Amino acid sequence: MSLAPPRKGENWELRQQLNSEYRDKRADAIKRVIANHTIGKDCSGLFPDVVKNMQTDDLEQKKLVYLYLMNYAKTQPELVILAVNTFVKDTADPNPLVRALAIRTMAVLRTEKTLDYLASPLSTCLKDENPYVRKTAALCVAKVFDLKPELCIEYGFIETLRDLIGDGNPMVVANAVTALGDIHETSLTLPTSRPASPGGSTPPPSARPSQSLFIIDGPTLTKLLVALGECSEWGRIAILGTLARYKAQDEKESEHICERVMPQFQHNNAAVVLGAVKVIMIHMKNVTREDLIKSLTRKMAPPLVTLISSAPEIQWVALRNINLLLQKRPDILANEMRVFFCKYNDPPYVKVEKLDIMVRLASEKNVDTLLGELREYASEVDVDFVRKAVRAVGQVAIKIEAAAERCVTVLMDLIETRVSYVVQEAVIVIKDIFRKYPHSYEGIIPALCANLDELDEPEAKASLIWIIGEYAEKIENAAELLGTFLDAFKEESYPVQLQTLTAIVKLYLKKPEESQVVVERVLKAATKDCDSADVRDRAFIYWRLLSTDASVAKSVVLSVRPPISLPQTTVAPAILEELIGEISSLASVYHKPAATFIGKGRFGADEMQKRAIDPEEELSREKALQTVVQGQQAENLLDFDADEPSSAPSNRDEDFLAAAAPGGISQAAIASAAKSSNPLDELMDLFSSASMAAPVSAPTGMPQASASASNGLGGLGGMSGGLEDLMSPHSASPVSNVQAPSKPQAQQSHTGGAEEDLLGLL
Amino acid sequence: MISAFFIFNQKGEVLISRLFRTDLKRSISDVFRIQVISNPDVRSPIITLGSTSFFHVRINNVYVVGVTKCNASAALVFEFLYRFIQISRAYFGKLDEESVKNNFVLIYELLDEILDFGYPQNSEIDTLKMYITTESIKSELAVREDSSKITIQATGATSWRRSDVKYRKNEAFVDVIETVNMLMSKDGAVLRADVDGQILMRAYLSGTPDCKFGLNDKLVLQKRGADQGPKSDDAVELDDCQFHQCVRLGKFDSDRSISFIPPDGEFELMRYRSTTNINLPFRLQTHVTEPTKSRVEYTIHLRASYDPKLNANNVVVKIPTPLNTTNVQAKVGVGKAKYVPGDNFIVWKIPKLQGSQECTLTAEAELATTTHRQPWSRPPIQVDFSVVMFTASGLLVRFLKVFEKSGYQSVKWVRYLSKANGSYQIRF
Repeated sequence: MSLAPPRKGENWELRQQLNSEYRDKRADAIKRVIANHTIGKDCSGLFPDVVKNMQTDDLEQKKLVYLYLMNYAKTQPELVILAVNTFVKDTADPNPLVRALAIRTMAVLRTEKTLDYLASPLSTCLKDENPYVRKTAALCVAKVFDLKPELCIEYGFIETLRDLIGDGNPMVVANAVTALGDIHETSLTLPTSRPASPGGSTPPPSARPSQSLFIIDGPTLTKLLVALGECSEWGRIAILGTLARYKAQDEKESEHICERVMPQFQHNNAAVVLGAVKVIMIHMKNVTREDLIKSLTRKMAPPLVTLISSAPEIQWVALRNINLLLQKRPDILANEMRVFFCKYNDPPYVKVEKLDIMVRLASEKNVDTLLGELREYASEVDVDFVRKAVRAVGQVAIKIEAAAERCVTVLMDLIETRVSYVVQEAVIVIKDIFRKYPHSYEGIIPALCANLDELDEPEAKASLIWIIGEYAEKIENAAELLGTFLDAFKEESYPVQLQTLTAIVKLYLKKPEESQVVVERVLKAATKDCDSADVRDRAFIYWRLLSTDASVAKSVVLSVRPPISLPQTTVAPAILEELIGEISSLASVYHKPAATFIGKGRFGADEMQKRAIDPEEELSREKALQTVVQGQQAENLLDFDADEPSSAPSNRDEDFLAAAAPGGISQAAIASAAKSSNPLDELMDLFSSASMAAPVSAPTGMPQASASASNGLGGLGGMSGGLEDLMSPHSASPVSNVQAPSKPQAQQSHTGGAEEDLLGLL
Repeated sequence: MISAFFIFNQKGEVLISRLFRTDLKRSISDVFRIQVISNPDVRSPIITLGSTSFFHVRINNVYVVGVTKCNASAALVFEFLYRFIQISRAYFGKLDEESVKNNFVLIYELLDEILDFGYPQNSEIDTLKMYITTESIKSELAVREDSSKITIQATGATSWRRSDVKYRKNEAFVDVIETVNMLMSKDGAVLRADVDGQILMRAYLSGTPDCKFGLNDKLVLQKRGADQGPKSDDAVELDDCQFHQCVRLGKFDSDRSISFIPPDGEFELMRYRSTTNINLPFRLQTHVTEPTKSRVEYTIHLRASYDPKLNANNVVVKIPTPLNTTNVQAKVGVGKAKYVPGDNFIVWKIPKLQGSQECTLTAEAELATTTHRQPWSRPPIQVDFSVVMFTASGLLVRFLKVFEKSGYQSVKWVRYLSKANGSYQIRF
């Protein structure tokens, strides 16, 4: 029920003014209404009074009334009818601006009643003699489709749109393309959402209208390529987006598209440039002519570099995309490292991204300059950036063997600065270098141990302890050093406890005489006083191993680890392919497929099915999608309501084989995971390296795994025991990975692997 | 595409709120306020929460925000936000809280025109000014154009130009503006030196003139440089160039010629980048020592390496001091030096500096004693300047030809300027 409006207050005053006989008073009042609306006050009560002011010659006032209508039409569906007459009349106004304004506004009112009145003026406007009206009307079709697709089909608006692609005016073409693209997107979501709507409206004639809605054929392609050179920048982006979707018939056509799109590299709108890069990356796949590929990649580099001098936000988008492009084509910017040098006043997000790209571009030729830069960055004030710079030094060392020694020198210099976080980060990084080049740089160990007291972060501590354990035979006072950690064993974090435990056991296996006491102390402390099940379990395993057979213990604990390397890509190849096809979009910025961050939250099974059987998807994409599902599942896991996978499959052998994989992962992924800041990214990283690392590391992992199995240690504890040495020290949180055999229902079972990874990580 | 557009002030109050698509509610602005504005840890310009992505640009203490729910083109959204800022500047000078509040009706009107259903439409300032007018702009355009003509222009093949422009005197001004990016290491090695160039044109030409523009880049053989330094014999190599949408890209691609029908008035014809043979206008020699824990001594030697006939204006050298500096004594031969405690800089200003001139600054900074010594990160010294009639890249405009049906004569002017504003950095 509606109360009679009070005769005072702002709304009452406004009402008086809106009904005033003076024109400028009314105009003022409308402005105030809009102002109130902006700050969130409800002005819906003034609806009839505002609508009265719609009939006016003043275009500005008309626009304001329309703005009001757009915002409140939904709240007053009955009253909108009052306005419809004026709208319809306006669509026939001699002034094209008024015609366009009316049709534009009417289409966004979104009430069923107005829609019915809209159909006939819209058909007229789509054929208006004025291009401005036509281009506005073209977008209106997309608006109508969003609300009531069947209306568009009934009136044949979509055919009209397709005809508009051949319009003589490039702006109209661009908007027709935009509208068709929008409709295409909307229709993809239709089949699932439509039946649910209670309106009882007739379902769309075909189950899957998407296919018939926007097909790009040969003639359309020609028209698009012509319009591309002529229309406004925004239109170009739309056309480029459409070209990216087009599947070329043969190689010649692909070549033709590439050649026609290439000039767009010179546009000064970053979105046009990136759009062009996208189209070329997609169509280049079909090109086999060497010289053309060469000239395409050569011409691609300068515009990409130019983007680095644009506004920081655009720069960042460009950098993220360049990072992706470099994973696909590492050679495109080989000589351009200098432009990625960080400026002192770059925003932090730009700096971090530049750092990442510099490591990618590092080669033997430029490594000296790069190291000089990195050392410089390590003296800046932003802690996060400094740490990443130090980390980058380590990544360079792992990437370029010839430069490893110089990197170590730089790291040792940095340790001498005695800045706490620099030292800690350097220690972590040096641990990775030891993993990669065992027994090469033992000379620096004393200098590292000198910093023992300064380390207060678990990761740095764990790293140093790992180094001590690894080289226990070379360090005279190893027992004493490790003993200091034992004194406060209970207060340490779990990773440190685990590392202390393992390091002391290593020491004992290497120098049994002098470490008898320590090893007993640590085993006792870990089994009695420790509240972490993992630490305790590992201690028990060691204990039994040591008490049964020292040689088996040696082969398990002191095994040779597979080498680590810097991953070429941070995402799986299939996903990389998909992302390359989405250059400049959000997905390419996040390095994550779009499905993981848009859509309806969770990725339902039926959704998956739908996408899988969609004939538009090709086989290669399907693979990518599976990985996407994994990603999706992992993301869902963040909510922590997914069921924990607890039961291990009965087949022991297979299960160990699979379990060996994460060992490989964590090594390969340390570096990549380190780079990403958000946990989701890390997750994606983990996956991707999982799929690459598994085949390599599985064979190496086997012997130890079965060794521990033969010792009669069952269950998960056995696995983590056997595995711990496969893993790098700090990521050695017990990843008890269970990956089911890859059967047809792999989608479900893959999930197991995904979730486990995550558990290990968190 | 762009589902909603907001402008917030620093406190997170909504100044402008416009929804373009129905997949969002107005209340989404609260999410941005809570998650971004009141969260000091936000470092990324794009935030995705749930399935909603917020793109923001901060300028003069307002946040200009685009919101989308789909996998939108991130580059497009930022380009659009920056274009909006540019348009706002053209309309009301400066985009800040006050101007947004004063012009909110105009902003809504503009948004309506430049964004439809979330897709950017016409964003040419010149065209917009024809039919979206304010008091000040109205007086500029004495007669309001016939609207059908406006719409033809807004959508036409040369959407940037009216057909009936008339001038008594036909003139074109070309400004070549180069921003020099330079980074020099402690030991004087140039780590990076490149130029971001910009060619601005102000065209006051009647009718529909067809212009042809020539530079001394690699493909145009250079004969004699007029006022060039030692590099005058070398051709300039441009790494990349980008053009205003009026330039026929296809033609540039085929025969490297720059031909276009210019918009009326001021516009950016071209942007380019050059990394080879950069003439650095200033050389700096630094000698900075920390003889005791409470003192830093500076000797900074600045040399202008351009032609003696040329002058640099507003040379500002910013020399960082440690954070715990209490007092600075500075002596300079030329200009004025002052310690600015708030920024931790010694600012050395030289209003005018002739080419080949040299000058020196000596300074002593006294530091407060601190209990635990924090390392001083030594940010780079920064030199800001503008040198007229000098291009660091060596680029010269060879010709600008104007062809028009009526065959009038036109006068052309060219100016050159090399400048740096925070991008000329020397480590010490």
